[in-house]
Amino acid sequence: MHFLENLPLATKKYILDLVEAACGWLCTKLGIPLPAWAMPLILTLASILIVIVAILAVYLVMFALMSVAERKILARMQNRYGPNRAGWFGILQPVADGIKMLTKEDLVPRGADKIVHFLAPIAMVAPALMLPAIIPYGTGMVPVELSAGILYFFALGAGTELAVFMAGWSSNNKYSVMGAMRAIAQMISYELPLVMSAVIAALVAGTLSPTGIVEAQGGYSFGFLPNWFVFTPWGFVACLLFYIGALAESNRCPFDLPEGESELVAGHLTEYSGFKYAIFFMAEYVGMFAINGLLVTLFLGGYKAPCPFLEWIPSWGWFFAKLALLAFSMVWVRATLPRFRIDQMMQFAWKFMLPMSFAALIAAAAWHYAGRGPAAWGLSALIVGIPYLVLGYFCFTRRHTADNRTYLFSE
Amino acid sequence: MNLPGSGILKGMAVTAVNFIGSFFDRAHAKRLITEQYPEERPTLVETSRSFPFLVFDGDPEKGIRCTACKICEKECPPQCISIVKAKDANGKPILRPQIFDIDISVCMGCQICVEVCPFESIRMDNIYEVSAYDRFGTLVLHKDQLLKSNEYYRQIHPTEAAQTDARIEAVRVKKAAAKAASAKAAAAKAAAAQAAQTQPEPAA
Repeated sequence: MHFLENLPLATKKYILDLVEAACGWLCTKLGIPLPAWAMPLILTLASILIVIVAILAVYLVMFALMSVAERKILARMQNRYGPNRAGWFGILQPVADGIKMLTKEDLVPRGADKIVHFLAPIAMVAPALMLPAIIPYGTGMVPVELSAGILYFFALGAGTELAVFMAGWSSNNKYSVMGAMRAIAQMISYELPLVMSAVIAALVAGTLSPTGIVEAQGGYSFGFLPNWFVFTPWGFVACLLFYIGALAESNRCPFDLPEGESELVAGHLTEYSGFKYAIFFMAEYVGMFAINGLLVTLFLGGYKAPCPFLEWIPSWGWFFAKLALLAFSMVWVRATLPRFRIDQMMQFAWKFMLPMSFAALIAAAAWHYAGRGPAAWGLSALIVGIPYLVLGYFCFTRRHTADNRTYLFSE
Repeated sequence: MNLPGSGILKGMAVTAVNFIGSFFDRAHAKRLITEQYPEERPTLVETSRSFPFLVFDGDPEKGIRCTACKICEKECPPQCISIVKAKDANGKPILRPQIFDIDISVCMGCQICVEVCPFESIRMDNIYEVSAYDRFGTLVLHKDQLLKSNEYYRQIHPTEAAQTDARIEAVRVKKAAAKAASAKAAAAKAAAAQAAQTQPEPAA
């Protein structure tokens, strides 16, 4: 299985060799001597281009598959069939959707700020497509090896908020503005626990580099249990917090308030149609895959195999298997949970998730300084368990919210 | 008191059972109750109705029950029926429709034409695949499209057809009896007249 493991890297090297040979052949044919600095430059550019094309291809194919798989899975969970008309079992549905989107009229409202309205989808999709660059997909398979990759990820991810507000504000539509304001409130609130839980993983691994964090999760305890962060009390809590934050950041159910169609038509997407809408849609899904990829990297052991005897499966296979599992779980959550009310959502972020992420941070520190053994395990479980119970029982009881509410027009 | 968050897990279990169950479930048994329309046909209940049609007995030309009395045309609330009476060679109107059109894009399926028809001639059909690309050409049904046999009527609406047949039979029997009675009376009258003629008048 050495061959499969090396397949992506070997393909890249093969293409680079081909480019080098072609350049040399062309220069001898034309009789122009290639300057010494030119060849490394060409090869670097070619290498960058290959990575970009590979990321685009993989993510867009995943987006297409996800868009049909999500509808099928959701349908099954709601006792329906889902799309099964286009192609074999509906597998050509993304093609049909794409053709529909591309042939639709691209409407711009008369009162819209046309330039911003045009730029918003671009501002949305550009960071989303840049996010996957730092994620390690397999052993030695990280497009851009950054020592502060996590920082890069969150810095770019924050750009989405700007794009959403651009879209909402420029549309000159009350639903768009309200949706965009909700989106801003939600994204900023959930960014905090999201970053805090990422900090926990970085803290324990001692590095901000995604590859370093994955390598810190290598090896097995007792010979079978992988040393993934999710299998420690603090890691489990941080992983769940990150997961919830990821749901909120990618505007997925139950955090789809910005586009809650029952109250806001489609939020910031109300005035978008055709290709621009498709771009927003794509950016959302690519962003979701990217943040799930980061979740896999931070807590689920990245490209590491879950058991020693399964290590023959290539590392990138494990990464994408975990990614698919997470994507499935997000559809599962979407099928199960109803949408939050806006005040509940804010309460949940500030009163529950933020304290919990601090508790997990302290638990991680305690786990580290208590020697990372069974005693440390118990101690950190206590440190996250007690706040969970206290917050769970006393923060969200019905009495508490009922006291704060005043009814003006009804008994 | 439940553990915080246990409600979410309970809900997730429900959807998971639905998801897995849908793969081990016979279609239409408990889950996956959707009828896959073009492949699977819905079984219509007997009382289902869509648009009217004209009933004939035996031969579509001679057996046509409609007498072009135009009651249905007058009663039709959206006025979707149009009838022209047929004429014989001498230009004399006869009790048969020359043209009988129903515009099903206008028809609302109220069944009033059926209620008012004195000849049990117009009845409700249960066809439902009548969509067309051409609004004026294909959605106006002409006489030859509307004419359907009584056997077809018995097939789609058995109970109603049986009642109609019984009514027609009763009317036929009654008419025959009346005819027989009148024939008998006529015969008796004729006989009496003959007797009066043959017998000599008694002297006054």
